[in-house]
Amino acid sequence: MDYCNNESCSGAVSVPDRNFGRGVNVTKPGNDQELLKVAQDLVDASVGTEQVEVILSNGESTTVKVHSGEVESLTSAGSAAAGIRVIRDGRLGFASCGTLNPIVLSETLDSARDNCRFAEQDEHNGLALADGVDVVPQNLWSDSVLSTTVDQKVALALDLERQVIGLDSRVSTARSTSYGDGWGQAALASTNGISRVTSEASCSIGTQPLARHGDETQMGWGSDASRDPESLDLQKVATEAVERATKLLGATKPSSVRVPILLEPRLAVTLFGMVTGMLSAEAVQKGRSPFADRLGEQIGSELLNLVDDPTRSESLGAEEWDGEGLACRSNPLLKAGVLQMFLHDSTTARRAGLRSTGSAVRAVRGLPAPGPQLLVMEPGETSAPEMLRGVTTGLAVQSFAGIHSGVNPVSGDFSVGADGVMIRNGELAEPVRELTIASTIQRLLLGVTRVADDFEWLPGGSGACSVLIEDVSVSGS
Amino acid sequence: MLDHSTISAVLTAGMEEGADFTEIFVEDRQSISAMLDDGRVEELASGRDRGAGIRVVSGETTGFAHTADLSVESLRVAARTAAAGARGGTGKALPISASPRSAAGRTLPTILPENVDKGEKVALLKAAEDAARSENQAISQVTARYADSRRRIQVANSDGIHSADDQVRTMFSVSTVASGDTGMQTGRESVGRTVGFELFSETDVAELARTAAQRAITKLAARPAPSGEMTVVIGPGGGGVMFHEACGHGLEADLVAKGASVFAGRVGEKVASELVTLVDDGTMDGEWGHTTIDDEGLAVRRNVLISDGVLMDYMWDGLRARSEGRNSSGNGRRQSYRHLPMVRMTNTYLLAGESDPADIVADTESGVYVAHLGGGQVNTATGDFVFGMTEAYLIEEGRITAPLREGNLIGNGPAVLANIDAVGDDFSMGAPGTCGKDGQGVPVGDGVPTLRVHGLTIGGTAA
Repeated sequence: MDYCNNESCSGAVSVPDRNFGRGVNVTKPGNDQELLKVAQDLVDASVGTEQVEVILSNGESTTVKVHSGEVESLTSAGSAAAGIRVIRDGRLGFASCGTLNPIVLSETLDSARDNCRFAEQDEHNGLALADGVDVVPQNLWSDSVLSTTVDQKVALALDLERQVIGLDSRVSTARSTSYGDGWGQAALASTNGISRVTSEASCSIGTQPLARHGDETQMGWGSDASRDPESLDLQKVATEAVERATKLLGATKPSSVRVPILLEPRLAVTLFGMVTGMLSAEAVQKGRSPFADRLGEQIGSELLNLVDDPTRSESLGAEEWDGEGLACRSNPLLKAGVLQMFLHDSTTARRAGLRSTGSAVRAVRGLPAPGPQLLVMEPGETSAPEMLRGVTTGLAVQSFAGIHSGVNPVSGDFSVGADGVMIRNGELAEPVRELTIASTIQRLLLGVTRVADDFEWLPGGSGACSVLIEDVSVSGS
Repeated sequence: MLDHSTISAVLTAGMEEGADFTEIFVEDRQSISAMLDDGRVEELASGRDRGAGIRVVSGETTGFAHTADLSVESLRVAARTAAAGARGGTGKALPISASPRSAAGRTLPTILPENVDKGEKVALLKAAEDAARSENQAISQVTARYADSRRRIQVANSDGIHSADDQVRTMFSVSTVASGDTGMQTGRESVGRTVGFELFSETDVAELARTAAQRAITKLAARPAPSGEMTVVIGPGGGGVMFHEACGHGLEADLVAKGASVFAGRVGEKVASELVTLVDDGTMDGEWGHTTIDDEGLAVRRNVLISDGVLMDYMWDGLRARSEGRNSSGNGRRQSYRHLPMVRMTNTYLLAGESDPADIVADTESGVYVAHLGGGQVNTATGDFVFGMTEAYLIEEGRITAPLREGNLIGNGPAVLANIDAVGDDFSMGAPGTCGKDGQGVPVGDGVPTLRVHGLTIGGTAA
């Protein structure tokens, strides 16, 4: 991959809106049937036996960034997007645009049709067929996001920055502190009679404090997300962010060792989220998953229970329907470490002679593909303090770096940069940085020796607990 | 794009409540991508995006709004929305030219991709797949991707800037999977340039595919990478990402101003080995990070960041430059009209030195030779950075020997820059990249000659 990333992204604020773009005020909130009608009208323009699927989104968002007690930027904008999939004689064409302008939408449909001519035939190509599975209704809307004034949004961001700077004398500034919110609606219609529409609104805050001691600077981060601006937990975000920054002051490079690593819930999601990505049926069918032949086998520790479940209403990542308009459902992936299933959209399901698992993920402006939607780990029985006490020598990881360049989802090779705090005789000891952690995804899964009972829903939507993984290569000097 | 009267009306609307600066950025982007996977041309996708972003600055505060509706009424509303976010200021605006100026420095594409039949694009995918699969029976999967885009931009602001650019990019990539007794390994190779379809008269996609195939095959026999601090030799072209991460981001003036860079306050100081001269150069005609103007309408420049080890200057955008009373370096870039510009790199590269590349390897008793790098990431506050190696070998007694499995390397920017002790007389630009910062991706290029650095930590599993 030729990508690079600035670390600062990791603490960036994002409103959870996996499927929904936001933007131009073509329809107002609460008027989502109008959006569905625009989609349905385009579908009704289909000719002959062609299959047409239209997904549309629109919405508005606000982002406030503050610095040193002043507003640094205030962005308020609407945006819209459309993605049109056409299948003719088993050939797939796709086109997208960033507007709901009727002329452009009609041109986009024509482009998608034209694109079909150049793709090769695949008998398994086709849109989703209604499968009779009922949607688990979710309440994704929030009036309070819309009724919050710009002044209140600015005040929230400034308040967070004030709290961050007041907590510790070594923290006198933050790289960035922000509040963001948005509402969005998405509609999907197809010639197979699928017709869905959803509205959603949410808000979030985030900060990246800088802790200084002598010549040294460390950056922390913290964030929270909610459907109600008033329930954003500023104090928790500030405390966590400042702790992360100050904890690493004085960190040095450790000597190379093989030790157990302790991952807090957020990092457990990073690791197991990559695993669930490798359980996409597309990766399996195309010979790109190391777990392709392992159905029914023990691929992880007996302590590991992983479910992909976007129907969990407690989570901010809950969704009603997938990227093809099928009802989202609960899909158990690992039970006591045994691989239960792969995640399917309707194309991979057809190829495998199975039914879709409602796992089509997509951006409005891209094609759907099967993948994980909302990872939920089942809690274990060990308390987090007890888990720590049981480690003689180990590493409590604070953050990973270079996940996108250091994890190969085909071979399973895993090698990432990290920082954190060493564990000595059951207690947190000296901070460490500039180290790498290496293993393979396969070994990490089997190496889980403890799952804690500290289950929490993370701002990004996933639900997870801390885990302890044995025998990992930590490289330093 | 937009005419003079519309632009003037928008700038007036932005300044009428009093502001220091108003800018309109108009963008019209069209793109096509085609993908072959699992033996079949699976999809052809086209995209169209058009709109304008309006920025109003007052003191240190920026108000920003954008719209996909380019009617003068809608643009005025967006300008007033942006202005509401940033009040106070002189409200003074300079007039703009009737039509936008284009900056020099671009060879026009000889073949606009939009004039090429889609069937021709698809044919390239088939040719690449055939070549990759014929290279070796162990190649079990091939993905080939073609993409082109045309991005027309127009920028006008209350300082009197009015300029335009027409950016055509074409890219092609091949990813392979090789299967053997030891499991599966992957290989990838890509080419991307700010040119039209003529890219394929200079690039043989079959050759590209064979390289991607060979990379996967080689790794089937690879051993686990070592673990711990080692001497690393980086091959020409492959290692630009290292400088992008080791110091590039840390030299972005917005991060410097916020105290989030280890390079803050160090201009004029020696920050690297005297073998290091690092340049960020948006003017490199045809390179992936090339444009004629930045996304704030200024002509791009060749900026020397580090000269013989001494830090010369940071990279600047208009906002940062304005608040420090100096000129922008032409590094204000944005992903699209929906985004605010920030300080970004363009094509970042290390100038060639005087050593013979063969001698650099021969003089290395033991270490790792990295022929091809993956992506990277940096924490600019500490300078700690990582980058992935996607093709690497052991160096034993001055010779390149066994292939290594993938892994990340970690180092600290200032320490690594000081520990470069050899720079080769060869040079090559690397693969096209997308640099991510605060959620925005922009195309960037990089390049390096062969070089040697001590004290990078290799994240392998071998003892």
